[in-house]
Amino acid sequence: MNRIKKIWNWIDDRSGYSDYALPLLKHIVPRDARWWYVFGSATLTAFMVQVLTGICLAMVYVPGGDEAYQSLKYITEDAFMGSIVRGMHYYGASAMVMLTVMHMLQVYLHATYKYPREMNWMSGVVLMFVVFGMAFSGQLLRWDDNGVWSVMVAAEMAARAPFIGPWLSDFIFGGQTVGGSTLTRFFVFHVFVMPGIIFAGIGLHLMLLLRHGVSEMPNADQPVDPATYKKEYESRLEKTGVPFWPDAMWRDVVFSTFVVLGIVACAAIFGPPSLSSPPNPSNIHSNPMPDWYFWWYFTILSTLPSSMETWIILGSPVLGFLILFLVPFLSNKGHRAPSQRPWSVGIIVFGLTSLVVLTIYGYYKPWSPDFGVKPLPESVIGASSGPVFEGGQLVHQKGCLYCHHIDGYGGHRGPVLSDIGQKLTRQDITIRIMNGGYNMPSFAGSLTSEELSNIVDFLLTRDESQKPQTSK
Amino acid sequence: MKPESTPETSPCDQCSGRRSFLAKLSIGLSGLIGAMMVLPGVAFVLGPVVRRKKEVWRAVGKLEQFDNEFKLVSYEDPSPVPWSGVTAQSGAWIRRVSDTEFIAFSITCRHLGCPVRWVKGPELFMCPCHGGVYYKDGTVAAGPPPEPLHRMQIRVVQGEVEIKTTPVPLTTTPLKASEV
Repeated sequence: MNRIKKIWNWIDDRSGYSDYALPLLKHIVPRDARWWYVFGSATLTAFMVQVLTGICLAMVYVPGGDEAYQSLKYITEDAFMGSIVRGMHYYGASAMVMLTVMHMLQVYLHATYKYPREMNWMSGVVLMFVVFGMAFSGQLLRWDDNGVWSVMVAAEMAARAPFIGPWLSDFIFGGQTVGGSTLTRFFVFHVFVMPGIIFAGIGLHLMLLLRHGVSEMPNADQPVDPATYKKEYESRLEKTGVPFWPDAMWRDVVFSTFVVLGIVACAAIFGPPSLSSPPNPSNIHSNPMPDWYFWWYFTILSTLPSSMETWIILGSPVLGFLILFLVPFLSNKGHRAPSQRPWSVGIIVFGLTSLVVLTIYGYYKPWSPDFGVKPLPESVIGASSGPVFEGGQLVHQKGCLYCHHIDGYGGHRGPVLSDIGQKLTRQDITIRIMNGGYNMPSFAGSLTSEELSNIVDFLLTRDESQKPQTSK
Repeated sequence: MKPESTPETSPCDQCSGRRSFLAKLSIGLSGLIGAMMVLPGVAFVLGPVVRRKKEVWRAVGKLEQFDNEFKLVSYEDPSPVPWSGVTAQSGAWIRRVSDTEFIAFSITCRHLGCPVRWVKGPELFMCPCHGGVYYKDGTVAAGPPPEPLHRMQIRVVQGEVEIKTTPVPLTTTPLKASEV
């Protein structure tokens, strides 16, 4: 026993563990935060999951044209524990994105970004955007058709930049189109460049945490005054503070345990996301979609009026970053308590609600023609022969149903036609179909006059007041 | 780590001049080291940006395979690398209007680049991403695309239909207000 102690003493003395590391771990923190402060450490835990599973995946993954897809298939289907490791990396990414945002919301809610922690916040904003970059590039490394078209969309967005647009997109492609040189670029960003930035950023973030101390829970009686804050903070900590390890940290550990359990459980139960078809840029039967954490942005891009589109595509990430980054300079003193900052609470509620609504829209994507719609059954058409029946068939064949909805059938892009016969006359409907209109193509060139008349006959029968009400 | 650690009683009077020279020398040399390390790499990484664009003709099928209906063809992009595999493919929709006349469109949607599909019934090209729709002549019928589908050149050489490959049609910024 004595011998082991001697060895430890030697290590401790030469490494400086007790002199340097231990005081950091046991630095005094406020005792009142309880469960509010667990999100930051959980983000770090999720990052560690990503680093470890990422290293494992990189041992098999081949960042090359065809091979990436094949190696992913191998990882998922054949490799021992491959499905679990890939699943952990996927759900770990989701966890990291979510926890990053939750961490930021908590810090914003409690105005922890105020004096003297401005730079803590700013380094965190940079980290968050790099995490988004990791999420996007990671989705793309799943080099299936979705990956290919994600690059294409990214390059097309970049191409809209004034003056340097085409250069940017060539840089993204690694050439003039998606090809063998494209994937390796994103691999390098995802595996070397951005993780490097994250490691450095976390280092700075934690160093600043130690420099300025863990903030107290906001108190409406203690607004921040830069002239006196540090003194008051120190003296309060002296009276009521507790050592971070283990008095405060045990909650972080408990929460992180649930996070990692959740990641592993999702990986084991749901498995990694399935790969779509191989990355063939000439395959048109692709339905590109970002991963769920970007659906809100997908919705914004899809529903913008096209006149302002370019400005928002290019401007909103930059503006969003700048606004967040500069938040501490908008107000770095005064109240921290949410009760005294109703606007901030309002912004969080509005932001979260928008995020949820936009995400749901992104999932349903009602702006997109629905290629998979089913034909109308006779029960809906209300006839089994004649012009009305023909018209009821034609609204499917001619693609009307891709966008229009009739009694539970069809897409959601255009207006519902279930009671169009009630609203418009024969002439109105005919003109509309022939000429098109706002966001509706003209069908003058693709319908014979008989087809047109059948479709109009059918649409005129769409009258909800004529329907028997018994079905309710 | 301490910036001013030299005792003030230092006997050396020329030290401050010498020290400031050495500091400048070190900073200057560090800059040089950095430039030598970084510049070749930056040029290497930016290679694709400055490389000249290639446009080549690629065969996409026999003349008799094409008729008045749009047909999807795939061809190898103009500058594939040996390890590209399937990612070297690009696609186009081709219709033979008459014996000698063809219409060909790149499958790239002019909104944000998703692959458009030809839908036979309504005779429209539709994009699955953000709802872009085009008529059969490539003009915009509905949705957000700011420009018509990119028309590609076709030629027939000894019964083989060839398409002139181009870089991905990028919708660059519509900042030129005069063109609206």
